[in-house]
Amino acid sequence: MSVSPPEQRIWWNEPIEKVELVWIVVAFLWGVFMFGFMIAWHFIGGQNLNKEAYRIAPSNYELKVENFARMYKVREEKGIPVVKPPGGADVYLLGRLWQWWPMLELEKGVSYRIHLSSIDLQHGFSLQPVGINIQVHPGYEHVVTLTPTESGEFGIVCNEFCGIGHHMMTGRIYVTDRKQAASDQFFAEGR
Amino acid sequence: MTAETIAGAVGRSAVFRTCAYTGLKVDAAAQALIKANAVAAVVFLAIGGFMGLLVALTRWPAVHLLPAEWFYLVLTGHGTNVLLFWIIFFEIAVLYFASAILLNSRLAAPKFAWLGFVLMVVGAALANVTVLQGDSSVMFTSYPPMQAKPNFYLALILFAVGALIGCAVFFATLVIAREEGTYQGSIPLVTFGALTAAIIAVFTIASGAIILIPTWLWSLGLISNIDPLMYKVVWWGMGHSSQQINVSAHVAIWYMIGALVVGAKPLSEKVSRTAFLMYILFLQLASAHHLLAEPGLDASWKIVNTSYMMYLAVMGSMIHGLTVPGSIEAAQRRNGYDRGVFEWLRKAPWGNPAFSGMFLSLVFFGFIGGISGVVLGTEQLNVLMHNTIYVPGHFHGTVVAGTTLAFMAATYLVLPLIFQREIMWPGLAKWQPYLFGIGVAGIALFMMGAGILGVPRRHWDITFSDAEPSFAYSAGAFLMMGLNGLFAILAAIGGAIYVLVVVGTVLFGERITGGHRLTFPLHQGGGNAVSHYGSYGTIKLPGTIILVAIFFVSFVLYYFINWKYLSELWLFR
Repeated sequence: MSVSPPEQRIWWNEPIEKVELVWIVVAFLWGVFMFGFMIAWHFIGGQNLNKEAYRIAPSNYELKVENFARMYKVREEKGIPVVKPPGGADVYLLGRLWQWWPMLELEKGVSYRIHLSSIDLQHGFSLQPVGINIQVHPGYEHVVTLTPTESGEFGIVCNEFCGIGHHMMTGRIYVTDRKQAASDQFFAEGR
Repeated sequence: MTAETIAGAVGRSAVFRTCAYTGLKVDAAAQALIKANAVAAVVFLAIGGFMGLLVALTRWPAVHLLPAEWFYLVLTGHGTNVLLFWIIFFEIAVLYFASAILLNSRLAAPKFAWLGFVLMVVGAALANVTVLQGDSSVMFTSYPPMQAKPNFYLALILFAVGALIGCAVFFATLVIAREEGTYQGSIPLVTFGALTAAIIAVFTIASGAIILIPTWLWSLGLISNIDPLMYKVVWWGMGHSSQQINVSAHVAIWYMIGALVVGAKPLSEKVSRTAFLMYILFLQLASAHHLLAEPGLDASWKIVNTSYMMYLAVMGSMIHGLTVPGSIEAAQRRNGYDRGVFEWLRKAPWGNPAFSGMFLSLVFFGFIGGISGVVLGTEQLNVLMHNTIYVPGHFHGTVVAGTTLAFMAATYLVLPLIFQREIMWPGLAKWQPYLFGIGVAGIALFMMGAGILGVPRRHWDITFSDAEPSFAYSAGAFLMMGLNGLFAILAAIGGAIYVLVVVGTVLFGERITGGHRLTFPLHQGGGNAVSHYGSYGTIKLPGTIILVAIFFVSFVLYYFINWKYLSELWLFR
């Protein structure tokens, strides 16, 4: 029995049951497949997290974000700037107690280099309802090249516990269709 | 050098009794220690479980029981009490049982073992006091720069030292048993599984010491800075590895219950032991699961580690997933239930809570905890669920529906055999594993469902009523959280019945003196009668093959469904 010493003293020479052997082979091959599929996704898939990251003092990061917001601010919503960077630009997003700052306005189908960092505790960048979740550390500036594939209004929730106001920590990203954006600009210039 | 000199204690003449049901020699000192650790385990399960109910009722949006401050405090206490204290106290009891009792040996250095027990009790009590005082609501993971009171870290360190002593006593007992020839040949499979758990425990506690001692000094102001990323890398060397202790321990318990209740014998010693060995060699790498969404880590590092070096440890669990039910099927067919494909399963002792708890644990651990764990631990897929409530959904599948349920099932053997008390209220006990198991399975599934819809873990208010800008989750997410609350109540009822039956039995259960028939009988003949049937070439396992095939198809389908979800996300690199 499983609770008594093996019946055969030399148990390692016992032949293996066929059904066990088949299952071991199946499990092993499935493991090799899953291992290979993660590698393959770096070549065939469009969702792979970049390792690009820099050490940065939180105060320096805060300055960068403020400069960025000042440069591309298009309007304000309840005191929070809405920032619309040009395509391909470096975009700086700040996690702090208890806010994602500033709000962003991006264009569908355009790539942006999104910088993520915190100036106090760890936070969790959770883009909803899309479902992209990335850990944000103070002292580390993580750069993710992000391309929105749908337009609309999206929320950023914090999903790393960051104290008593954790549940109030939110942010927002607007994504506009490129055509829409172009016509807005046309009318703006025509006026 | 004898084990006594290693343990630094003096040899002793032990007092033994012989168990009327298993024929095993039971060392009185080991028996007392098993009782003490099991009782402490149940006390902390009761505290932590109650806290868990409060957490679930707060996260049920329609109920929203606790204020925010209390919610985060209770959530910290819940994780610490059930994930650490309940489980590790019980595991120490399992280690002493699997060494001294199963090997007919005396326990090494019982005084030393009592010292370990006292340290663990002091640590666990101090942690609870510190958390309840407030200002230490840092969650079980205590990620810096968030800081708890120094006593929080000190309490965990004391507890870990106590647990390490327990492991040392276990190793020394193995040495004594071998030296004194208390058994013939190799150690039993269950003891081998416990040994696996103890070896992983040493690695786990070492990782914990490496990170918690500096963090404690930091909280005292003696160290200026703890790098948050470094902390996570090392902390998860403890945090995830401790779950591998649980897996090894509860798989050992599956084999033990199979043996004692239906007379199961491993299909092949070689295969089952190699599967345990896979855990030692590869499971620790899985700690990297927790770092898939962190900045600065290379994809190749993530892939090698999260795949436990090509999923060799997953293979270990998949092997146990066949050999445990396979050995039960083989035994049941020998017991005469040989008709059709599933008579062995239909006529299994479902009324015995040790068996039903064990089998539900096996099924839920595999289907819910195991499959979701592999998906969650896949490099790219992690981004879908990182830090959502899917994560607690997954680990309630592994560590509650798997480990806790298996430990509960084992308790129904420990009570008559070690406490020598007849189980009180057998009618309630019979239903307990079903109530608790189904409750926890519901918790796990609905939390996973809510997580897929984006609901974050450790979050007081998903309506964002005070947040600016606001955000609204879908109605489905709220439905999932409500169902989670309902099933948490079911699980809490199951948990309360467990505590009630254990406390009632320990205090007032009828003493077992003679070898009368137990309410929940063991397999006839206990130790020896069934150990002689052959294995190779004589066993047909059609039922197990069907079960395993269903598992494999579910696994593959669920794996690819998640890649489909991932492919629909915004692009990022």
